[in-house]
Amino acid sequence: MIAFGQFLEILIGGLLSGVLYSLVALGFVLIFKASGVFNFAQGAMVLLAGLALVRTLDFLVARGLPFWAAVILGVVFAAAVMAIAAFVIERYVLGPLVNQDGLTLFMSTIGITFVLEGASQMIFGADNYPLRLFPTDAWFLFENQFPGGILVSKLDVWGGLIAGVLVTALAIFFQRTKTGRALRAVADDHTAAQSVGIPISWIWFVVWLVAGLVALVAATVWGTKLGVQFSITFLALKALPVLIIGGFTSVPGAIIGGLIIGAGEKLAEVYLGPSIGGGIEYWFGFVLALAVLMVRPQGLFGERIIERI
Amino acid sequence: MLYREAGQFKTTYAQDMAMFPIRQDRIAFILLLALAFLVVPLLAKLQIWPFGGEYLLRAILIPFLILSLAAIGVNILVGYCGQISLGSGAFMAVGAYSAYKFGTGINIPLAWLGTAIVIPPLPVLPSILLGGLMAAFAGVLFGVPSLRIKGLYLAVATLAAQFFFDWVFLRVPWFTNYSSSGSVNAPALNFFGLTMNSPIERYFICLSFVTVFALLAKNLVRGNIGRQWMAIRDMDIAAELMGIRPLYAKLTAFAVSSFIVGVAGALWAFVYLGSWEPLAFSIDRSFQLLFMVIIGGLGSILGAFLGAAFILVLPILLDQVPHALGIPISVETVSLLVFIITGSLICYLLIVEPHGFARLWSTAKEKLRLWPYPY
Repeated sequence: MIAFGQFLEILIGGLLSGVLYSLVALGFVLIFKASGVFNFAQGAMVLLAGLALVRTLDFLVARGLPFWAAVILGVVFAAAVMAIAAFVIERYVLGPLVNQDGLTLFMSTIGITFVLEGASQMIFGADNYPLRLFPTDAWFLFENQFPGGILVSKLDVWGGLIAGVLVTALAIFFQRTKTGRALRAVADDHTAAQSVGIPISWIWFVVWLVAGLVALVAATVWGTKLGVQFSITFLALKALPVLIIGGFTSVPGAIIGGLIIGAGEKLAEVYLGPSIGGGIEYWFGFVLALAVLMVRPQGLFGERIIERI
Repeated sequence: MLYREAGQFKTTYAQDMAMFPIRQDRIAFILLLALAFLVVPLLAKLQIWPFGGEYLLRAILIPFLILSLAAIGVNILVGYCGQISLGSGAFMAVGAYSAYKFGTGINIPLAWLGTAIVIPPLPVLPSILLGGLMAAFAGVLFGVPSLRIKGLYLAVATLAAQFFFDWVFLRVPWFTNYSSSGSVNAPALNFFGLTMNSPIERYFICLSFVTVFALLAKNLVRGNIGRQWMAIRDMDIAAELMGIRPLYAKLTAFAVSSFIVGVAGALWAFVYLGSWEPLAFSIDRSFQLLFMVIIGGLGSILGAFLGAAFILVLPILLDQVPHALGIPISVETVSLLVFIITGSLICYLLIVEPHGFARLWSTAKEKLRLWPYPY
C-alpha cells in the first residue's frame, strides 16, 4: 500500500507539473496555428511578461499601494508591455518576412528571442525576483488511506485550474467570436482569408498578443514556482516535447501532451532513474516525443499531413 | 575590368566540370590559400601587426577555422539535404569525447565472456578521425526518424540528440575517465612525431583539416550523392518517384554531416580548448552553428565560412567598441547589448537577404563581370 501511495503521489505531481508545461506550450500552438510560425521566442516572452509584472508589483507595493490593487495594475501594465512587443514583432520582423519558408521564420524568432532576453533584462533588471501570487505550500490528502498521505502542491493545483480556465476561454474565443473565426480562417489559408477581406496583419497582431497574454499567465504560475529569472526562458525547451506529442496545431493536444510528459518524466525519474544514473528528466521527454513521432509523425492530435507534388 | 571570362573557352569535359571554371577565380583561390598557408604564419612568426601577441591567431582565427568546418558539416545536412538539425552541438561532443577515449585508450571488460575489448591509446590524428566516425554513427542513429518526420517536427526531434548526449557526457563517468570535476584534458598534440603546441602550429593543424574537408565537401556536393541530397531537399516525394532512395540519401547526409561536425568537435576540444567540460557543446553551440549556416547561405560551402566569420566576430567586435570609444558601460550591460544587437542583426539580415551572404557574394560577382557598364 505504501508503494501505491507513493506511485499515486508521483503520478499526481507529474500530471500537475505537466499542466504547467502545457501553459507554455499553448503559446506555441496558438502562433503556429494562426501563422505557421514556429515561435521559439515563447520562453523569452514568458520572461518579459514575468519581469514586467514582478517589477511593477514591487514598485507599487513599495509605494504603499494595497497588494490587490498592485496586482491588478501590474497585470495591466504587463499586458500592455506584451501588446507593444506583439506590435513591434509583427510590424518589423514578421510582416516583412511574409511568404518566406518555415525555416527562415523559425530563425527570425530565435533572433527575436535574443532581443527579448536582452531588452527585458536591461529594462527590468537581471536578478531573480520572487513572485508571491499563489500559495506555495502543500496539501496532504487521503491521510487515513495511506501512511503520511499524498503530498499535493497547492501551486500545481492552481496551475491546473488556471490552465483549465485558459483553455475554455481560448476555445470560446476561437469558436464564438468574430476575431476568433477570422483567426481560424487565416490559419486555414492566408490568401483566401485575405481575399474575403480579413486584415491579415491585424490578425497576426492579435495572435501574438494572445500568445503574449498566455505567456503572462504562464509567468504568474512559473514565477511563483521558480522566481522570475533568466532561466525561465528554458521553459520553452521543456515545452517542446509536449508540443510534438500533442501536435503543433492542437490546443487540447498541448494539454494532453503536457499530462503525458509530466507524468512520464516524474515516473521515469523515480522508477528508472536510479538504475541508469539519475537526472533523466532532462532528456526523457524528448526521447518519449521521438518515440511518439515514429508512430504518428504529426503528433497525437495534429492534423493529418497530406503531401502533394 | 579584370573579372572577365571572355576568351576562356572550355574545350574538354574536364574543363567544363572544373571546380573553378573561370581563370580569375582560380587565381584568387590560389592567392587565398597562399595567404592562409604562408603569409599569415609568416606575419605571426615575425609578430607584425595585426598578429602581435597571438591574440588574433589564438582567439579568432583558430576558432573561426574550426567553426567553419563544423558549419560546412551542418550545411551539408541543412543546406544541401534540407533536414533541419538542432543537435549539431551534440555531434561535436560525440566527436570530441570519442576522440578523447581513443586517444587515452579504451578498456571495456566483458566479464561474461572472460575477455575484454582493449584498444591501446591511439595517436592524435587517428583518434580525431575515429571521433568523427563515432559522430557519424550517432548521426545515422538520430537521423533514422528523418525517414518518418519532416521539417520543424524533425528539428525538435533532433533536440533529443542534444539533450541525450549532454546528459550522457555529464552523468556517465566512463567517458571522462572518471575525472572528479567532469572536465577532461586533451592528450598532447603529437602529429607524425612532431609535437604541435604553439598557436602557429595549432593554426596549421586546423587550416589543413579545413582545407582538406572543404575540398572534399565541395566535391561531394557536386557529385552524384550531392545531387541526390539536393533533390531530396527540393521535393522529397518527387525525388523518390525519380528513383532516388530517401533512406540512402538522407542517412548518408546525416553520416557525412555528422562526421565533419564530429571532426570539428574533436579539433575544438583538442586544439582550441585543450581541456573542456560538456558545457562546451551545449544547445547554444547548436544554435550558433545553425545561425552560421543560415546567415552565411544555405547550400553553399563558401557561405559556411562567411557565416562563421560573422557570428564569431560580431560579439567580439561589439565587446570592443565601447572600450575603444571610452564609453563606461558595465560588463553586464555590454553582454545584454550584445544579445540585443545580435538578435536584431539576425532578423535584419533575414529580412534583407534570406539567402545569406553567399547570395550577396554571387550578386557582387555578377555586377563585377559587367562593371563599369550597367548591363
